[in-house]
Amino acid sequence: MAYMVMSTNPAHISSAPSTTTSDYQPIERSLVAPNAEDFTMRLLVVEDDRDAADYLRKAFREAGHVVDHAADGEEGLVLALDGGYDVLIVDRMLPRRDGLSLVAELRGRGDKTPTLILSALGQVDDRVTGLRAGGDDYLPKPYAFSELLARVEALARRGGPQAADTVYRVADLELDRLAHRVTRGGQEIVLQPREFRLLEYLMRHAGQVVTRTMLLENVWDYHFDPQTNVIDVHVSRLRSKIDKGFEPPLLHTVRGAGYIVRDIAR
Amino acid sequence: MTSLGRLFRTTAFKLIAAYLVAFALFAASVIAYLGWHTQRLVISQATEAIQNESQILEEQYRVGGINRLVQVVSRRARAPGAGLYLLTSFNGEPLAGNVLNLPLHFLESPGWKEIEYVRSEEARGAPSRALVKVLFLPGEFRALVGRDIVEREELRRIIIQPALWGLVVLVVLGLAGGVFVTRRVLKRIDQMTATSETIMAGNLAGRLAVDGTGDEFDRLALSLNAMLERIEALMMGLREVTDNIAHDLKTPLTRLRNQAEDALRTAGKDEEWRAATERTIEESDGLIRIFDALLMIARAEAGQAREAMVVFDLAETATNVAELYEPVADEEGLDLVVEVQPPLPVRGARELIGQALSNLIDNAIKYSRPDLPATRNKVTITASREGARARLVVADQGAGIPEADRVRALERFVRLEASRTQPGSGLGLSLVAAVVHLHGGTIALEDNAPGLRVVIELPLEETPPA
Repeated sequence: MAYMVMSTNPAHISSAPSTTTSDYQPIERSLVAPNAEDFTMRLLVVEDDRDAADYLRKAFREAGHVVDHAADGEEGLVLALDGGYDVLIVDRMLPRRDGLSLVAELRGRGDKTPTLILSALGQVDDRVTGLRAGGDDYLPKPYAFSELLARVEALARRGGPQAADTVYRVADLELDRLAHRVTRGGQEIVLQPREFRLLEYLMRHAGQVVTRTMLLENVWDYHFDPQTNVIDVHVSRLRSKIDKGFEPPLLHTVRGAGYIVRDIAR
Repeated sequence: MTSLGRLFRTTAFKLIAAYLVAFALFAASVIAYLGWHTQRLVISQATEAIQNESQILEEQYRVGGINRLVQVVSRRARAPGAGLYLLTSFNGEPLAGNVLNLPLHFLESPGWKEIEYVRSEEARGAPSRALVKVLFLPGEFRALVGRDIVEREELRRIIIQPALWGLVVLVVLGLAGGVFVTRRVLKRIDQMTATSETIMAGNLAGRLAVDGTGDEFDRLALSLNAMLERIEALMMGLREVTDNIAHDLKTPLTRLRNQAEDALRTAGKDEEWRAATERTIEESDGLIRIFDALLMIARAEAGQAREAMVVFDLAETATNVAELYEPVADEEGLDLVVEVQPPLPVRGARELIGQALSNLIDNAIKYSRPDLPATRNKVTITASREGARARLVVADQGAGIPEADRVRALERFVRLEASRTQPGSGLGLSLVAAVVHLHGGTIALEDNAPGLRVVIELPLEETPPA
């Protein structure tokens, strides 16, 4: 009788894709090491727990970013309104003014600074209320710092193509969003619709680490836990189409974090 | 408080006492009315007779003078069953009549009187009562005409007194009955109280006695018993879950601790530290997943996700989730077959349904047996319309679950023996069951011969999604 129920085998969660493209060497990236083509972000962390705040400050600084910290919602609002931040990281439960109200107040005043809400409440409806209040992303606690970093970098939207760009390019890989066409070195690559969207998302965030949950959320529009290495298998397939037989490899696995599309040679 | 005091304070006794008082008041007023009426009847008959007679006597006196009157009175006084007659001269000397020994003061004024008297011919008899009228006739003669009203006393004796006694008996019997009924009620209540006290003291298996009469106490006891049944089941479930959580969380926690300890003891090189730390993170991630799954189940069971419900196409969700798993199935050498009949509009939490479907497909892939060469293994996902319900079936060709274990398989943390060796928390199917129940649906585990078929039915939302 072999039914049980769901895999919590950690081996499935963070292992590199196991099969088809095992000739691939994953990139080692320390949890906090900066990316090659890094940029410096100005971040505001609004978090009342001192240990958590210290940890975030230290980790973001080691990743090469500038971090300010506010210990309650009112202070956070004042600092955020002063402006100049690339991303706000706001805890949901805060003294004096809670995170959702802070974000709603900012949005009410026309401030569009990308905001990520951190919360111990991680269920579907919590996420919905968080995003409805004006948050741009929502990350339940406990989280991996690599996940937070990847999401904050994605929110900052720097270094990648602009939303208006119809053609994304990385080295000799080209993705035409209007014609739904992908070529590498001028050679057409046939992709399934889902593979196309996967590559589109990865290339929009070229040079940034993209985590498995980000892919599941943005390409499949699900926020649940897929348990097994489903995303890894999809990425492996995509990689075998766009990287096999070409040099240099463009779609890399970042150990302990996710994936990145970039031209290492650059 | 004494037991009698307790008795008097019961609702049943108070009700009975109130009824008794009301009834006694009513009965007393009926008796009073009856008595008053009969008395009036007797008096009015006597009055009428006396009035007639006094007219006749006056008439006779006018016509024939005192001699004639003496004659008439004497004759009438002697008639059997006669009334009272007395005729006196101006100085009080009796001339004729049958109450000659009547004290003279009765005759001092004219008009109606009620008197006690003794008849002349039976002087030794007991006094009796009479209604009389005294007439002053011309020539200083005085006449007294009367009627016995002893009947009135008689009537009182015959009607009123038994009625009053009856009333007394009734009140006594009523009170006795009240005490009896109340004591019975009190006994049932005391039994119930005693039973519920033992239940509160921890004997959750205790049940209220049902005596089978189908009365209100039985019905109350039955519904309370049903409630106790449900509470007991929930408590049992909770206890089992607590035990299972303790076991299933302690295992990875112990592993986590051992790994850290091991690293502390033996790791020397940087890579060893790094590997140990990575294992620690992986192990923590596993724990976090278990907690997430538990929370999700708890919230689905508590119905907290209802606000996030929207109308979505179940067929589309089934296709999407199946597509997510298709490459994994392919790697495992399985066919993932998807058959859907869109549209299947369902109101619900799309994410939760997606998670449930993902758990099912994940299980189906995990427990398929690609090593068996006989037929190419298939995992089939079908979503179809069955009347007013959407039916979602995930079927595999693995080992299946024996019938005896199917209900248990849906419970939290239950990992059937053969699957103990496989990784997993034992929460996947119970999450599926919780999600299905949250949506007002049903779930059944069936034999796919070979393999397992999980059949889920959800109510269709009749207005198609916009």
